[in-house]
Amino acid sequence: MIPVDYYIILSAILFTIGVLGVLIRRNALIIFMSIELMLNAANLAIVAFGSVFESFSGQIFVFFVIAVAAAEVAVGLALIVEIFRSKRSIDVDQVSSLKG
Amino acid sequence: MTLDLALFLLLALIAIASALGMLISRNTVYSALYLVLNFVTVAVFYLLLSAPFIAMVQITVYAGAIMVLFLFVIMLLGAEGLPKSEVLPWQKPLAIGLSVLLFAEAAYLLVTKSRPVGNVLPPAEAVNATENLQQLGIALFRDYLLPFEVVSILLLVAMVGAIVLTKKERKARQ
Repeated sequence: MIPVDYYIILSAILFTIGVLGVLIRRNALIIFMSIELMLNAANLAIVAFGSVFESFSGQIFVFFVIAVAAAEVAVGLALIVEIFRSKRSIDVDQVSSLKG
Repeated sequence: MTLDLALFLLLALIAIASALGMLISRNTVYSALYLVLNFVTVAVFYLLLSAPFIAMVQITVYAGAIMVLFLFVIMLLGAEGLPKSEVLPWQKPLAIGLSVLLFAEAAYLLVTKSRPVGNVLPPAEAVNATENLQQLGIALFRDYLLPFEVVSILLLVAMVGAIVLTKKERKARQ
């Protein structure tokens, strides 16, 4: 019997590491992977809560989150490829054309 | 009971270590592989939470499809190593401080304020895989049919969008 609190704390730790990755890394691909990590942490929390309340809605919601994440990755990576083609770099500091 | 807890702690350690490895490794390919390890560990957590279908979807879609797409793009762009460009010296300590604050807030709110009742059932006492799949399928196609169809349209739009985004530039370049 593992208390659900442990899963929630683990999920919070993973989410925090994802936030940290978005904040300190400049590589667009790493930032994207950190976003995936955050989605995963949220999924873990949802499944843990669903398991405690013995409800299937949590698992179905996670299923939809995974499907939306797949769509997001397809479009996001296409955008990164486009940025690389125009800037020759995927450093997010280089993407500053709108800066005055 | 103790075995459950030991297994949980070991897996949690692997998950956190692989997430940190993803964060700090300089080579993007290593980061992607650390993230695969993290996804597989989370899939094992889903098994422990008696969600075998979600665990398999996690491995096939996340660790399989999505990370292969990532590795494909990394190698397509040749972006394994990026030169360091630290422009703001105070950014890293500030980010770490804010992240610790975020974690403290999240842990405080989730654990003390909205405390969920009870423990997670061990997988042996919970539903077996076939039953889980059956119930999930019935719920998905009866109660959640509209969201399911909307997701299928979303996936179609994403596919078309990705093709359009990567194809237009090539035409203009030639």
